Amino acid sequence: MEGLKVSDANLVVYIHPSKAGKVSQSILRELSTLLFKYNEIFDGVVLAYDVTIQNKNAKVLPGIYPCFGVKLKAKMLLFSPKPDMLLEGKVVKLGKESLHVIVLGFSSASIAEEDIREEFRYRIKHGEEVFASTSHKRHVIKVGSMIQFLVKSFDEEILHISGSLIPVNTGSTKWLHKNMEEGSMVDRLETRKKKRKDDRSEMHEHSTELLDDVGFSLKNEGRPKKSKRQRHAEQS
Amino acid sequence: MGVELATERPGFYEMADIDVSDSELVYHVRDALKSVSQGDSDRYNQLIAVMHYTGRLAPDEVAMLVTSLKALSGSISYIDIIHHESLLSSIFGMSMWNYGPDVMDALVELIISLAASNGKFVDSCLDMLVRNFMPPKSYLDLLGHPRGLARKHEVLDRVHSALSHIADLVPLAPMRLTPIILQRMPHMFDKEALIVIYVESMLLLESSALGELVGSTMLMALVDRLIDLDVEISWDDIIHEDSGKGIFDMELEDVDDIIDHAEIDGFEHPRGTAGSQILGTNAVADKLDSLMVLICEHLKSCADGERLTKVFETLLQSFWVTVLNAYKSKFSQFVMFYACSLDPEHCGERFAVFLADIFVCRTHPALTRMSAVAYLASYLSRGKFLPLSLIASTLKRLVDWCLEYCHVQNGEEKTINLEAHRVFYSGCQAIMYVLCFRMRSMMDSHRLKSQLLHMPLEPIFCHQLDPLKVCLPSIVEEFLRQAKAAHLFTVSETFLFNNLLESDLSKAFGGMERLDMFFPFDPCLLKKCDRFIRPSFVYWSMVKTTYDDGEDCSSEEDINEYFDGNGKSYMESGITRSLDEHDLDLDEFEYQLNKMSITPRNSLKNGLIFKLENPFRMPARIRPSTSPESL
Repeated sequence: MEGLKVSDANLVVYIHPSKAGKVSQSILRELSTLLFKYNEIFDGVVLAYDVTIQNKNAKVLPGIYPCFGVKLKAKMLLFSPKPDMLLEGKVVKLGKESLHVIVLGFSSASIAEEDIREEFRYRIKHGEEVFASTSHKRHVIKVGSMIQFLVKSFDEEILHISGSLIPVNTGSTKWLHKNMEEGSMVDRLETRKKKRKDDRSEMHEHSTELLDDVGFSLKNEGRPKKSKRQRHAEQS
Repeated sequence: MGVELATERPGFYEMADIDVSDSELVYHVRDALKSVSQGDSDRYNQLIAVMHYTGRLAPDEVAMLVTSLKALSGSISYIDIIHHESLLSSIFGMSMWNYGPDVMDALVELIISLAASNGKFVDSCLDMLVRNFMPPKSYLDLLGHPRGLARKHEVLDRVHSALSHIADLVPLAPMRLTPIILQRMPHMFDKEALIVIYVESMLLLESSALGELVGSTMLMALVDRLIDLDVEISWDDIIHEDSGKGIFDMELEDVDDIIDHAEIDGFEHPRGTAGSQILGTNAVADKLDSLMVLICEHLKSCADGERLTKVFETLLQSFWVTVLNAYKSKFSQFVMFYACSLDPEHCGERFAVFLADIFVCRTHPALTRMSAVAYLASYLSRGKFLPLSLIASTLKRLVDWCLEYCHVQNGEEKTINLEAHRVFYSGCQAIMYVLCFRMRSMMDSHRLKSQLLHMPLEPIFCHQLDPLKVCLPSIVEEFLRQAKAAHLFTVSETFLFNNLLESDLSKAFGGMERLDMFFPFDPCLLKKCDRFIRPSFVYWSMVKTTYDDGEDCSSEEDINEYFDGNGKSYMESGITRSLDEHDLDLDEFEYQLNKMSITPRNSLKNGLIFKLENPFRMPARIRPSTSPESL
């Protein structure tokens, strides 16, 4: 998934003198106020940080409360989705007009109907609302599925992403991963499956015909296979 | 374009046919929205007009409104925050209380979709839902009727489920919700019904799934509001009837001050007590009462749901930040009392330990420590649910602290600076107060009796700092009396109380705030929430003292009075009964003899003239002379 990065940062945290006895605790407290908010300087939403104190000496700021500044080196995990990035998220709501997704458990994303490609049609299958692909039978998006989508825009205040399922490499991640592994094999498999299905229905037809005509033993069913193969040979 | 009569109203859907499908409606609405930016606002304005349907709606108007809302839900991505500002403000201005369930459902669906679709709408959607916690002002009276109540359930169910849906779709929504709720909280001076219904929703949120995230803020805001109301109740509003009813001696001190209140400006005086006193009709008190009832009920449900321990931590935090340092909170602290009574093992003990910790910790300001120990003393005395072992161990802590304090003093001072030792004096007074209530029970238990007898009380009370002279005389007297009866320690009979000087002395350590006379858990005067407190509360009249061998022996000079239900003093019977006892302790007998005599040997009020209607009843008005000549 794109959009996540680790940055190194040099920070200075100013601590109130009353906390001089518990410096680490107050540093962590101070840094925790950054979490899950978009920070312009880091250009991203701070998700996690790993802090090391650089120097045991700290400079005291003169003033009414002589706060002292502790220098730190931190590794920050940042989330900064930019347009045209691919993100993964879990579908939480599915409707005819829109799809709602949650990314990394905290960021909400919505995909409007016009941003879902033609391939996907809204259907109700087994009482459940889904977006089913018309060209690939197994490719289905429903509530709870993980999908990969393209970022259109990102609202930094509420951390809301507007997404799109137009590009071909977007959709249900499960299907996409499988699809990418097998490559062109898929087409062959698909047609073969289709054939087998047709065969089976033909076989059924044939056997019933025979039974109707003659109406007895299983042996007769065995024979049609042979003739079917022949028939196929004739057809192809 | 008026929307007066259904027939005359220009229909938004010009066609009257019913066969219009949902998707066609959606396209219709989308066109209307799109055409605004192109300059054509006719259909858009018609749409807005539908949103403004008011009053009793005819069925076809309802249908129109529902279909419009549903069509809008389907056209969310076409709604632009700038071009469609008036439509949005109409939607957000709608009050669910005005409509039936169908419209409510459609409206809620729209709001949830709006919030999930675009980050810009989240705040307005949450704001709209929070505003729906309360009905329109005109509706308030209807709330008492069954129809109004049914509507209330319909609305609040939907509002709260909408909030939880939005939180599911937009995980950061609760973060935005908290400031909105706090901002929209009705003002202290708003109508009681409005405040109550809003607080109900706040408490509902606390116990809901969102409670994990917003619950503690809700509770703390509520306690803040309790204190705001509490502070508004002035002591003047507290009407006292007969000061003689079931008081503990020290309360009489309070009565004096109350009577003089006219002369003392801006001076908080402690109230007299006993459940018979009535808080005069006071709107603020009623509001406080209702809110406390709500919170107590909520705490009960938390206890039933086994969440109390967690909620209690928030309450404790809130207590520390808000209540402890509020200037003599009157009733708000009873919320803590009730919470402790629901779970004496954990919460009850936690509260006592918490207060004791504050008292012994040197880094807290003196006033905080004095306030904490006043709370502790009153709590340990009044909590019926508290195990004696806890009381004993906490007492031991206080005693140990006081003893160490005594050791640290160099003892060279000629004149004692009372203010400098005020924390010590408040600690001593606390010990005495608790023992007044609990000495008898402790003496009745073998283990605790030996513990008590081993407590180094004598070195503390006979120290040069002289707490017995400085602390509130009524408490000291009661304590000494009981201590003597229990043979706790030997005290010489040199404590003739010259009450006036002592008042000044205790005032000196109590300071301007009169923390020497602060008994926070004295009987709660609020009518409605009293029923939560009463079962776990120890009234002074219920207390058995060490000198009380099953009878009440009080003299006319003794302010320790016990009245039965008819308001008649038992004193008469008490005295006659005591005369019949043959196996009285000699000391006890002598003591009673002294009390029965009229000569003011143990008189607390030197130089007072009693105006006695009933010779055994304490007069309601006692005005100690403040001039030194009366000594």
